[in-house]
Amino acid sequence: MTSLGFSLSQARLAFSGQWLFDGLAADFTPGSWTGLLGRSGSGKSSLLRMIAALPIPDTHDLTLTTTDKRPLAGRLAWMAQQDQLLPWRKVIDNVLLGPALRGRPTAAQHQRAQDLLGDVGLGDKAEQWPKTLSGGERQRVALARTLFEDAPVVLMDEPFSAVDAITRLELHELAARLLAGRTVLLVTHDPLEALRLSDRILILSGQPASLSDFDVPGGQRPRALEAPDVQRMQSQLVNRLHAPHGNIGEGVV
Amino acid sequence: MSILKRFWPALLGIITLLGLWQLLVIVTGVPDYILPAPLTVVQAFAAHQQLLWHHAGITVIEIVAGLLIGFMSGLGTALALARFHGLRRTLLPILLISQAVPLFALAPILMLWLGYGMTAKIVMATLIIYFPVASTCYDGLRQTPQGWLDLAQTLGANRRRQLLHIQLPAALPSLASGMRMAASAAPIGAVIGEWVGSSQGLGYLMLNANARMQVDLMFAALLILITFGVALYFTTDAVMRRLMPWHDDRTGTTN
Repeated sequence: MTSLGFSLSQARLAFSGQWLFDGLAADFTPGSWTGLLGRSGSGKSSLLRMIAALPIPDTHDLTLTTTDKRPLAGRLAWMAQQDQLLPWRKVIDNVLLGPALRGRPTAAQHQRAQDLLGDVGLGDKAEQWPKTLSGGERQRVALARTLFEDAPVVLMDEPFSAVDAITRLELHELAARLLAGRTVLLVTHDPLEALRLSDRILILSGQPASLSDFDVPGGQRPRALEAPDVQRMQSQLVNRLHAPHGNIGEGVV
Repeated sequence: MSILKRFWPALLGIITLLGLWQLLVIVTGVPDYILPAPLTVVQAFAAHQQLLWHHAGITVIEIVAGLLIGFMSGLGTALALARFHGLRRTLLPILLISQAVPLFALAPILMLWLGYGMTAKIVMATLIIYFPVASTCYDGLRQTPQGWLDLAQTLGANRRRQLLHIQLPAALPSLASGMRMAASAAPIGAVIGEWVGSSQGLGYLMLNANARMQVDLMFAALLILITFGVALYFTTDAVMRRLMPWHDDRTGTTN
């Protein structure tokens, strides 16, 4: 897998006759992790769906270019808020969903799925039904399914929001380790999550909304919870998101 | 043992009802040709065993054939409706209108067209279950959670594979309730067909027995129909459970 960056421009989205945002542009450098934050209804999840070419009911438009000038379709992996495990497929068959949907999984792919389940610490649960797993375990299976696709670009829509706080922190470590080298765009509501995992933080705010940068703490991902930078910036980031137009605190950090 | 434990309240209820029935006949002295006592029915059953089983065999074939054909065509219709958007506007209204046609009224015409043999009865049974299967399955196919479809799309599944690998399994629970409904409706279709015109089958036997005041024989035939209906329901239910070992069924048969 060679890393792949992409950039978007002229992104716009209408909601009930008004432009929620218009003329958005952003670059995502190969192998970087970007955290995208914004209040509910800012259109950040829709922006992510637009990049993934998933259906949106509202009028939208987007120009997407990759660093190798080839289309992004087929080279991205999608991780949603819920784990989206299919209840009628055993855990390992959920990891193998991609090859099963495109044809018939081979023995080698089966072995690889088993190895990936081992990587996420669920090697012994391969033959179980998803309903027997805990929320954190299910999200780890979803991570293994994402890893299986070996896509250079990973789009995540609040992937860790459905699990408890401690499990979430564990999943951060796991995701940061296993998805290293991939270009990740992470939509999140959780400032701490963004500060721990991102090389770059973008905030979508205003009306019509625009993207603005928020400085990230130094150090390697995933950054330690107790790092003073992380703690200090968390409250700044919360204030920034709280502000009516997302401008307070800009340039202060 | 545990089965006995689970079913004894139902069993007790049935035995009580039968006892009350027997008592009612003894107390009122109502003649056999109006209401035979349960014991008389059992005697009639024993006396006419060969006759009863012969006609029961015919009816069973009609029901099972109707169930299979109705299921296949209902499922096929649902899949076609889910796959081809254009078909929906044409086919869906026709389906709805066809459902407003009273099947009882249709039975004589089917006899006229298809004769007094088994075909007309199989068609009746097919028609009576076709719509519940088609509509519950189509509803299930339409209500696939968007998250699963998003995932399938980003994994590169085409429309056909999304339908077969995501939407169809996701629709199995609703299809199962459609099948349970169909299993209890199919015998009705077959018996209506036999009432309207036939020379064989339990419906024919009942009609004939009624005309000859052999009400005990009629009840014996009814007993077979009930037993078979219950067996069919439980078999369908068991098959559906086998198909969905992953499914937590809260609409179980015993509660």
